[in-house]
Amino acid sequence: MDEARRVVLRSAGATGVLAAALAAGLLKPERALAASWNKAAFDSKSAVDALKNIGAANPQETGEIVIEAPQIAENGAVVPIEVTSKLPGTTSLAVLIEKNPFPLASQFRFMDGALPFVKVNVKMGESSIVRVVAEAGGKYYTATKEVKVTIGGCGG
Amino acid sequence: MHRRDFLRLLAFAGAAGASLRPGLSAAQAAAELYDLPKFGNLSLLHMADSHAQLIPTYYREPNINIGVGAAEGAPPHLVGEALLKHFGIKPGGILAHAYTYLDFAAAAQRYGKVGGYAHLAALVKRLRASRPHALLLDSGDTWQGSATALWSQGADMIGAQKRLGVDLMTAHWEFTYGAARVKQAVDKELAPIEFLAQNVKTLDFEDPVFKPYTLRSVNGVPLAVIGQAFPYTPIANPRYMIAEWSFGIQERRLQKLVDEVRAKGAQVVVLLSHNGMDIDLKLAGRVRGIDAILGGHTHDGMPAPTAVPNGAGRTLVTNAGANGKFLAVLDLEVKGGRVADYRYRLLPVFSRLLPADAEMAAYIESVRKPHRAKLEEKLAVTESLLYRRGNFNGSFDQLILDAMLAVKGAQIGFSPGFRWGTTLLPGDAITFEHVMDQTAITYPTSTLSELTGEQIKTILEDVCDNLFNPDPYRQQGGDMVRVGGMTYSCSPNAAMGKRINDMRLNGKPLEASRTYKVAGWAPVGEGAQGEPIWEVVSRYLRDKKSIAPIQPSVPRLIGVEGNPGLA
Repeated sequence: MDEARRVVLRSAGATGVLAAALAAGLLKPERALAASWNKAAFDSKSAVDALKNIGAANPQETGEIVIEAPQIAENGAVVPIEVTSKLPGTTSLAVLIEKNPFPLASQFRFMDGALPFVKVNVKMGESSIVRVVAEAGGKYYTATKEVKVTIGGCGG
Repeated sequence: MHRRDFLRLLAFAGAAGASLRPGLSAAQAAAELYDLPKFGNLSLLHMADSHAQLIPTYYREPNINIGVGAAEGAPPHLVGEALLKHFGIKPGGILAHAYTYLDFAAAAQRYGKVGGYAHLAALVKRLRASRPHALLLDSGDTWQGSATALWSQGADMIGAQKRLGVDLMTAHWEFTYGAARVKQAVDKELAPIEFLAQNVKTLDFEDPVFKPYTLRSVNGVPLAVIGQAFPYTPIANPRYMIAEWSFGIQERRLQKLVDEVRAKGAQVVVLLSHNGMDIDLKLAGRVRGIDAILGGHTHDGMPAPTAVPNGAGRTLVTNAGANGKFLAVLDLEVKGGRVADYRYRLLPVFSRLLPADAEMAAYIESVRKPHRAKLEEKLAVTESLLYRRGNFNGSFDQLILDAMLAVKGAQIGFSPGFRWGTTLLPGDAITFEHVMDQTAITYPTSTLSELTGEQIKTILEDVCDNLFNPDPYRQQGGDMVRVGGMTYSCSPNAAMGKRINDMRLNGKPLEASRTYKVAGWAPVGEGAQGEPIWEVVSRYLRDKKSIAPIQPSVPRLIGVEGNPGLA
């Protein structure tokens, strides 16, 4: 384990990775800078509205989006969710936590040639379906995974 | 059932039927139980969840261990006669006593105590005499569960593991000594024992914290053992104690490692697991290339493995009971680069049949000597059987609840659904050591809180879902929180939020918005204040002197009539 590396990067803060991606030109700065973000979608109070507002009202179910998330969250305040799209020509990925007060947690747009892979930490107040929507070839696709949030204790 | 499995079971039942005829000397009886014919060319000895019980104890198996969904009626969710019937074990004998709660007090008096590291050591030596290459694998929960383990931060158990000849281990409760202590023990004290955990990584960069697997050549056979720590440690136990580490099942990484060790030439791949048997059974059906999962956590003393088919072949899943009561023997016949056949036995460790190993006995004496007066303080005498294990309550938990309600002046008591903790027979003295056997944890704080009826319902539903969620990957392997003062009904097969009903205090329904005084202990959050639970219980016992027969309060169960996990 490289403790020095850990300290340096920790002090760079959580935006470090995102900043690196931006610098590399792989990610449009929408999310980071909030300049032209989809306010209506992020302000939506239900998953259905959020989907509508990102233009993906009826996405098609697919097995080509891989969601890695814990079965039970270790800490509801920071739930790591890793998404990979195997859909050719993926141009965007959105992560929704259906039970959150504002379900749309993040949306990423990819330049040509960027690997459609993201990892986000989201806050979850209760057990919920995590829904990912991918845009590829002008069409929307979706996959889900359930993450349980529990008060803990009493194990074993 | 495949014909071969049936034949293996028959062989096992034959041994079980030997039943230790009356008049047999201890040596003859031991020979019948413990002299296993040699089989195959690779042997693994396995134990799990000794919970730091260095000296022999009693341990009563549960009479409620309900399986829901696909788990209903299948191992490990079988109790009493249903378990005996499933595994073809003759009722009334020494093995029936070892594997079930049936007629427990009388049978325990007849057959004596179980476990104890000196007796375990004698059995390990006996087996190694015929299987000199055998490795001894320990699924963990070894450093916690007794006063001396707590006071030495697990050091007494590390000494015992080394003398026992443990080769490899993984962990769960070990982590409750905190990250620094675990690293110190693993890096500086544990050698030559290897500590394996593929599913523990740092939160920030996902660096592995421990060695994930080991490759050994055993009797000329290349073997890989991968370690799997308890995946829900930061949820079931205080996260702040291991704040920088992340756990989880990590199925994808496990598959990668299995493929990796196979590519490196391993002909046998074993997962040394602390998942709990339900998770192991599901995992066995999804991850390919594992020959056997030697498991613990759920304390299921299963007499035979469950063979789980998966794409590539099949995986044997075992669980080896708790408190040092059992030692498992897996003999494998490896031919043409693969496992061709196997024999498995889960041997009960009866201290009367296995003379104590002198070296281990001397070591245990040296561990206990400085604390003897404190450990052996007689607090009270119990008039009835005191035990813990069971889905909803045990009489020892009821005693803890009674003590909390009385000492704390609470209306309702909550006691965690731990599965460790030993058993006392009617007429036994309850010593301080026995109280510690039920309570020795690093976060023993007792608490008194004001909770609304709605909050109480939320807590019960949450814990109940950790036990009865139909998806094993969403279970945590503990039992239901023990509840004192109030009554309720429970529908294990219902959905979360609908399982707990009819909550009553003194016969009157709980009100959602009213607050109630609730006593509890073992808070997983940081900063709670209060006396350690063992002080609360000890004071209560000293005051009472004699504990009248206890009937543990169990919720009214709905929709599980005829479930083979309920007797």
